[in-house]
Amino acid sequence: MTMLIETAPAPKAPLWTRLPVVHQLRQSVGLQRGMLVVGLVITGVFILTAIFAPLLAPYGYSQLRDDSGPFGAQRAPGGEHLLGTTVGGYDVLSRVIWGSQTAITVMVIAIVLSIFAGVALGLVSGYFGGWLDRVLVVICDAVYAFPALLLAIVMGIVISGGRSDLWGGIFAAAISITVVFIPQYFRVIRAETVRIKAEAYVESARVLGASNGRIMFRHVLRNATRTLPLIFTLNASEALLTLAGLGFIGFGIEPSSAAEWGYDLNKSLSDVTSGIWWTSLFPGLAIVLIVLGITLVGESLNDLADPRLRSRRAPGKTTAGVAGTSVVPGGTLNAGPGGIDGLEASSPASDQHPNDDPFEAK
Amino acid sequence: MSSLPDVVRIDNLNVTFATDGGAVKAVDGVTLHVAPGEVLAIVGESGSGKTVTAKTILGLLPETATAHGAVILSSKDGSNSNDVLAVSKQKLRQLRGTDVSMVFQEPSTALNPVYTVGWQIAEGIRAHGEFSRKEARTKAIEILGRVGIPDPESRVDYYPHQFSGGQKQRVVIAMALVLDPGLIVADEPTTALDVTVQAEILDLLRRCRDEFGTAIVLITHNMGVVADLADRVVVMYEGKIVEEAPAQELFSNPRHEYTKRLLGSVPRVGHGTTRATDRLAAREPDWADRAPVVVADNLKIQYPGRLGKPGFTAVDGVSFNIRPGEVLGLVGESGSGKTTIGRAIAGLTRVTGGSLTVLGHEMHGFKERAFKKVRSDIGFVFQDPASSFNPLLTIAECVAEPLIVHGRAANAGAARKRVNELLEAVQLPRAYGDRYPHELSGGQRQRASLARALALEPSLLIADEPTSALDVSVQAKVLELFAELQKEFGFAALFISHDLAVVDILADRIAVLYRGKLVEEGTGAEVLGAPKDAYTQRLLASLPVPDPAAQALRRDELRLLRAAG
Repeated sequence: MTMLIETAPAPKAPLWTRLPVVHQLRQSVGLQRGMLVVGLVITGVFILTAIFAPLLAPYGYSQLRDDSGPFGAQRAPGGEHLLGTTVGGYDVLSRVIWGSQTAITVMVIAIVLSIFAGVALGLVSGYFGGWLDRVLVVICDAVYAFPALLLAIVMGIVISGGRSDLWGGIFAAAISITVVFIPQYFRVIRAETVRIKAEAYVESARVLGASNGRIMFRHVLRNATRTLPLIFTLNASEALLTLAGLGFIGFGIEPSSAAEWGYDLNKSLSDVTSGIWWTSLFPGLAIVLIVLGITLVGESLNDLADPRLRSRRAPGKTTAGVAGTSVVPGGTLNAGPGGIDGLEASSPASDQHPNDDPFEAK
Repeated sequence: MSSLPDVVRIDNLNVTFATDGGAVKAVDGVTLHVAPGEVLAIVGESGSGKTVTAKTILGLLPETATAHGAVILSSKDGSNSNDVLAVSKQKLRQLRGTDVSMVFQEPSTALNPVYTVGWQIAEGIRAHGEFSRKEARTKAIEILGRVGIPDPESRVDYYPHQFSGGQKQRVVIAMALVLDPGLIVADEPTTALDVTVQAEILDLLRRCRDEFGTAIVLITHNMGVVADLADRVVVMYEGKIVEEAPAQELFSNPRHEYTKRLLGSVPRVGHGTTRATDRLAAREPDWADRAPVVVADNLKIQYPGRLGKPGFTAVDGVSFNIRPGEVLGLVGESGSGKTTIGRAIAGLTRVTGGSLTVLGHEMHGFKERAFKKVRSDIGFVFQDPASSFNPLLTIAECVAEPLIVHGRAANAGAARKRVNELLEAVQLPRAYGDRYPHELSGGQRQRASLARALALEPSLLIADEPTSALDVSVQAKVLELFAELQKEFGFAALFISHDLAVVDILADRIAVLYRGKLVEEGTGAEVLGAPKDAYTQRLLASLPVPDPAAQALRRDELRLLRAAG
């Protein structure tokens, strides 16, 4: 019973092709690929704009004058001000570019605050069950019933007393979003945990006598986080919308503290009727584009993660070979006690069932 | 057989699937035909293309598939014929149900749980012509009666969950028969059913052919079912037909190498008895007096019921023991409590009454902390090879898990040497340790599962249907490996299975469970050779043997048994 057979390990794809988004990009075809690419490009431009805002913006977000004197209010696009100026006399282009920084900060803070709490609670609640689980589920259901914007207003008042400086505004938006998002992460992780808890590999770990902590983190957590990128992207766009909504109803950030698209939209309301379109169009467009971009990424990732929704290249008439060894799982008839040659001959890739997909790890 | 044309004629069929790994050919140049009133069995292992071939007859291929060739389907009276691959979707809908219909594998998912069975049958009738609600209902009642549902007038208004598994399959067959099609495609119609129910459904399918004159394409991997029902057999392998012969001839004189091996690996009742006798003779003289590894005394396990309802008693007063180095085979149908007993021994299910002693540790009211030390002495092999490994860990990491948990190794790297030894012991190449579970086939995963269970050299192994998800040839190899390992490591084992023939190969003693009670226990020769209990007799008689002539005789015996019991 001591057969010493060394074989080369199964060839692995290079690391960069297995990275989350890159893997999906290579996997996608047709319309799904188009959607993903458009979403990624928009999101990429948004992130780059936020990072390089100080270099890109011609003026500061609260700049009203330069060396040649005040900008002047409501000036049409062109000349020194590519996208015109607002009723308050700010440069529209600069406000739009600086606004991306505020937007990305809110998204990051909201998601960081909610993801850890939501995942931890969901994991513990789903794994142990019992009264803790029931209480948490009821609380989360109650939070669902709360409108996010109302919560954000309350937070804004609590945090900054209604005066909106940069961090007060950002945290008001971020925390209100957090409170609404935690139940979402909680729900998803809890459902996955409950499902995975019944899987044979978790039972197997329990039979071995592994501790609860080891089972939770080594076996359950990593398998439960598969859907996170999807909620992650969808929540990011929701965070942006809440921030803009806060600004629009007047609980946003003062223009002297930071640039914020919702505030600009609010101030441009009266401009619309008088034919001044540039003050509302560009901040609005920025919001729409970014929400669209992030949602496109999220939706395409969602479709690609599901083998039933994923589109594939149509096979040619003669290209395919017969799925070799999938016919005899467990090696060929000669393999096993009779000899190991049969097992060795089968390549790992062809062992898979046609519908077996590495990403859809069961 | 007659002047009527073949109900279906498949000519040089090729089916290709688009997958993430490129195009894969599932069916490669298949040509076959089915005469009216004939039962054609397509046998082969998973992935051989038998199901894809059958689904092509109904035009049920998924969008990712492309089919080339011709599938000529004729109506029962031979008045018209169509090429399924060429007709429009609308025409295809007309053909389904009237010319050809399908019986699915899993009756509980083939029926819609929110409609009554009568409604579902009527739905099929009304989709193919002008029938009033009343006429459709009358037809539904009539067909339910003909497939052997007792009291069809009232049961036509029952919902699927009010029927047992076998009755549900009867309803599915009724739905297939109601428009009197010339051909029924039955995809593993009895695989999800217990063996005693399987015998009844096979009888019904035989009546379909005799009374309705329906031809049947029977897709199965069970050679016993083939022997019981089929007139002609097509053996598929890697998408091709390797052999085609009348049933009698195929079983008595298989020509193709693959068919021979396939038939050779079918377990048969009675083959293991000699081995068990040899093992018993080789035991040391004081063996019978040693303390048993597992003692169950009037064991009761009850699952809690819903609020206000009494619990469900899964195991009801079972007593048995397993001595060191002995393999006890636990046989029973679904719901008999066999898996519950296995889980209770491993501490996964709580014992609610009586006494269960595992390696000297009382399991009634056990504390996890106190039991943890004992756990290193118990191995467990799960039924489903697909889900018994964490998909994100390599095989080596999975096999190293018990060593790490019990402090025998610091991490997976340190355990690798031992893991390699274990992989070799279960005859997997060392390099497979670096693969992920999904890169292994079912049989290979089940070997790795054995390696993990044996990592700590336990004195007790619980195997819960370890081969029921595997193809028959793979099953034979895994069973052989199990027997070899048992001989080498000398562990005691509880081998749980629904298949008498499988248990017979391995077990020293066999215990038969029926509805939570132990009805019979003894050596293989006693239980299988001369069963005393009526249920064991019925179980044994229901098991189809891979030999058409012998099976015909057994069928008559079973009929007598049923009439008597």
